[in-house]
Amino acid sequence: MENNKKPKKELTIDQKIKRRNFISFGVFGVMGIAAWKGWQWLYTAPKEVAGVTAGAKAPLRRALNKTELAMRNFFSNNHLVKTYPKSMAAKNVRHNSDIGVKGGFVIEDWKLQVIKHTGEVLNITIEQIKALPKTEIVYDFKCVEGWDQIQYWGGLKMIDFMEHFGLAEETTVDYMGLMTPDKAYQVGLDMPSAIHPQTILAYEMNGKPIPMNHGAPLRLIIPVKYGIKNLKRIGSITFSNTRPPDYWARSGYDYYSGL
Amino acid sequence: MKAIKEKHSLLMRWTHWVNFPILTIMIWSGMLIYWSNDVYNITIFGHTYFKFFPQGFYDYFHFSKRLSEGMAFHFLFMWFFALNGIVYVLYTIISGSWRELLPERKSFKEAWLVLLHDLHIRKMAPPQNKYNAAQRIAYTAIIVMGFGSLITGLAIYKPVQFATITWLCGGYHLARILHFALTIGYVFFFLIHIVQVVLAGWNNFRSVISGFEIVNEEPKALTPSTPAEDGK
Repeated sequence: MENNKKPKKELTIDQKIKRRNFISFGVFGVMGIAAWKGWQWLYTAPKEVAGVTAGAKAPLRRALNKTELAMRNFFSNNHLVKTYPKSMAAKNVRHNSDIGVKGGFVIEDWKLQVIKHTGEVLNITIEQIKALPKTEIVYDFKCVEGWDQIQYWGGLKMIDFMEHFGLAEETTVDYMGLMTPDKAYQVGLDMPSAIHPQTILAYEMNGKPIPMNHGAPLRLIIPVKYGIKNLKRIGSITFSNTRPPDYWARSGYDYYSGL
Repeated sequence: MKAIKEKHSLLMRWTHWVNFPILTIMIWSGMLIYWSNDVYNITIFGHTYFKFFPQGFYDYFHFSKRLSEGMAFHFLFMWFFALNGIVYVLYTIISGSWRELLPERKSFKEAWLVLLHDLHIRKMAPPQNKYNAAQRIAYTAIIVMGFGSLITGLAIYKPVQFATITWLCGGYHLARILHFALTIGYVFFFLIHIVQVVLAGWNNFRSVISGFEIVNEEPKALTPSTPAEDGK
């Protein structure tokens, strides 16, 4: 075979240095610009279309939802929240927010409204709930802000509640939604977390009926979630296969918010 | 004579420069999160010397009231931070370049000599290969710190599902403190690193982009000594 090309001259050291610097710094510069452009794209990305979730940049919301799927793989009913002796529980239970438990509420008129996914409605009184076996838990309540506090709560286990009131079938749907009587605060829970053995419909705090500002007469205590999911003063419980409304998920927070 | 001396592998250079912006974003988004419960300070015998952080610091960097945004960024870039670190560590183990990185027994003693030399107290620096003793310690420590950030991060991110990790970190509180302290550590590492890179000069800096250093090799002796001469 004929070879028309000139025989390659070996490059001098200086040529080699120049060539390698050119390629390396060229790639470095291009990647640097690409990274900066990528960051600008992400940082200035428009907010997600407001729906059940809102307030986050669209790509970041997608990432939160993907991360939720990854983290759900680690969830197990066998992973229990650490519990403490009652003596370690805080006497002054931290109170962070009044959304959903503001005035104009008549506790005597309260009934828990449970709406099955078939549409059937149950109205349950606090006496009916208190008549069932009480479960107590002393655990480290964790706020999404970063603080935590050992608290002592008592009430009816969610899974016991579901079984007793003929709601076993409802546990087969994907989500449970809870709302305050004034509808100002709502929480959506994936079913595995909602029926975790430590999830409680609480009516006692530190061995006494829950005070008004902590969600009397009945509130949610769900230790596998951040405080934002621990809805005060439950007005209604619903079931669905799509995400129910959630107060903080509409303000840019992760819908899952699991611990 | 001028010669090319290979210094940093392609993978080391990539992971180094990929890590830089990712860690920056992790620290920034971490600050957005820390702001909502900024309880740490340095208090000795009842006197508070420093509060993390002064209001002016938050104001200057616009860190206030951005918790949800910080979390969203943090929990996306954590994946890249972890992945990049894992790639680097695996490469370092498999390629054998850990031999040039991990501190040796003598490194701990030599590191002091390097320090004295850097501070212009001692004239001679101990002989070294790719990294000197102080670099071996510092660059190994930063990898251990990165691993520490991942572990303490998991401990406070999923303290229920990864309860064992939280327990290993000494509990939720200590894990959060360590996670924070490691971040402060990165900032100090970065400051010293930049000063050292500037002092080390262009040849050194270029090697982390191009991979090589230019050395002046002495021409080889034309008449090498023979065993017969040695044995005289």
